[in-house]
Amino acid sequence: MKILIVDDFSTMRRIIKNLLRDLGFTNTAEADDGVTALPMLQSGSFDFLVTDWNMPGMTGIDLLRAVRADERLKQLPVLMVTAEAKRDQIIEAAQAGVNGYVVKPFTAQVLKEKIDKIFERVNG
Amino acid sequence: MEHEKPHMGDLETSLKTHARDLLDSLERGNFGDAVQVIHDLNKARDQGLYFEVGKLTRELHNSIVNFQIDLHGSHAEEVSQISDATERLNYVVRMTEKAANRTMDLVEESAPLVNDLSSESRSLGADWARFMRREVGADEFRELAKRIELFLERSERDSGKLSGHLNDILLAQDFQDLTGQVIKRVTSLVTEVERNLVKLVCMASQIDRYTGIQHDHDALRAEQEQQKEPTRGEGPQIHADKRDDVVSGQVDVDDLLSSLGF
Repeated sequence: MKILIVDDFSTMRRIIKNLLRDLGFTNTAEADDGVTALPMLQSGSFDFLVTDWNMPGMTGIDLLRAVRADERLKQLPVLMVTAEAKRDQIIEAAQAGVNGYVVKPFTAQVLKEKIDKIFERVNG
Repeated sequence: MEHEKPHMGDLETSLKTHARDLLDSLERGNFGDAVQVIHDLNKARDQGLYFEVGKLTRELHNSIVNFQIDLHGSHAEEVSQISDATERLNYVVRMTEKAANRTMDLVEESAPLVNDLSSESRSLGADWARFMRREVGADEFRELAKRIELFLERSERDSGKLSGHLNDILLAQDFQDLTGQVIKRVTSLVTEVERNLVKLVCMASQIDRYTGIQHDHDALRAEQEQQKEPTRGEGPQIHADKRDDVVSGQVDVDDLLSSLGF
C-alpha cells in the first residue's frame, strides 16, 4: 500500500505521515501541492491519495479533478484532509468524486475511521 | 464625523437661502440680481469643495504620518509598519513551525522506546507465567533472570529518557507566549490602519457629495466577487458555530456527506 500525502505545510505532512505509520501504512511519499503531486501519481504506483485543499500552485480540488480526468488514475481513492469547512465546498468535493472528507483540526481516530471506510468500499 | 456636519449644514443653509433669493429675483424680473445669485451659489459650492479637498489632503497627510511610512528612508523594504508586521507574522510562522517540528522529533524518538518496553514486558510476562507454572528448567531460568535484570536496567534508563522528552515537549510550547505577543501587536496595528482608512473613506465621500459624483457600488461589488477564485480555498473558518453555510466539525461533514448518499 503506497500512499501520497499532499499538503503545503511540512508539519501537517509529517503529522499525517506519523498517523498513517501508526495505522500500519509505512510506504508514504510527500508532495507540497498539486503541481508536484500529479506527475508523481502518474509515474508512481500509488494506491491512495491524501490531500489538502488550499495550496499554492494547484489546489487539492483541482488535483482531485485532474486525477478523476486521468484514465489511469480515475479509480484512485482520494481522502481530503483540509481546513475548508464551507458546505458548498464539501458538496463540490463530493461532486468531484472525493472518497472521504476530514476537516482540520482532526483526531487520529477520525483519520483511521475514514481510511477504513474507504478501503471497505474499495475492497467490497 | 460629527465635526463636519455643521459645515455641511452651513453649505446647505447657504444653498437654500440663495435658491430663495434666486426665485425672488426671477419673480421680480430682476435678471441682473439672479445672475449674481447664481454666481454666489457657484462660489459657495466651490468654497465648500476647496475646503473639503484641503481637509482631505491634511487628513491624508496625517494618515501617512500615522502609518509611519518613511518615504525618505534608505531601506525601501522597511518603509512602513505594514512591512514590519509582515516580518513579525513571518516570525510567528517560523516559530510555530520550529515548535511543531521539535515536538514531532521528540515524539518520534519516544515512540520506539515505549514500543520496545511494552513488547519486552509482554514477552517476559509470558515466560514468567511459565516459570510460575513450574514449566521452566534451571538453565532457562538463569537466562530468564538475566533478561529480567537487563529489562529492569533498561526500564530505568528509557523511562528517564522519556521523562526528559516529555519535559522538552512541554518547553517547546514556549513559542505561544512570544507569538501571542507578536500577534497582539499586529492586531492592534491592523485596527489602527482600519480606523485611518475608514476616516479617509468618510472624507472622500464628503467630496463625492459636493461634486455630485455617484459610484455604482453594486457594479464594484460584482467586479470584486468576480475576482475571487472559486477553487482557491478560504482557510480555517473562525466563526463556524455562528454561520449556517459552514460545518462545525467532522460530525457535520459526515451528516452532510451521508445526506448526499455517501
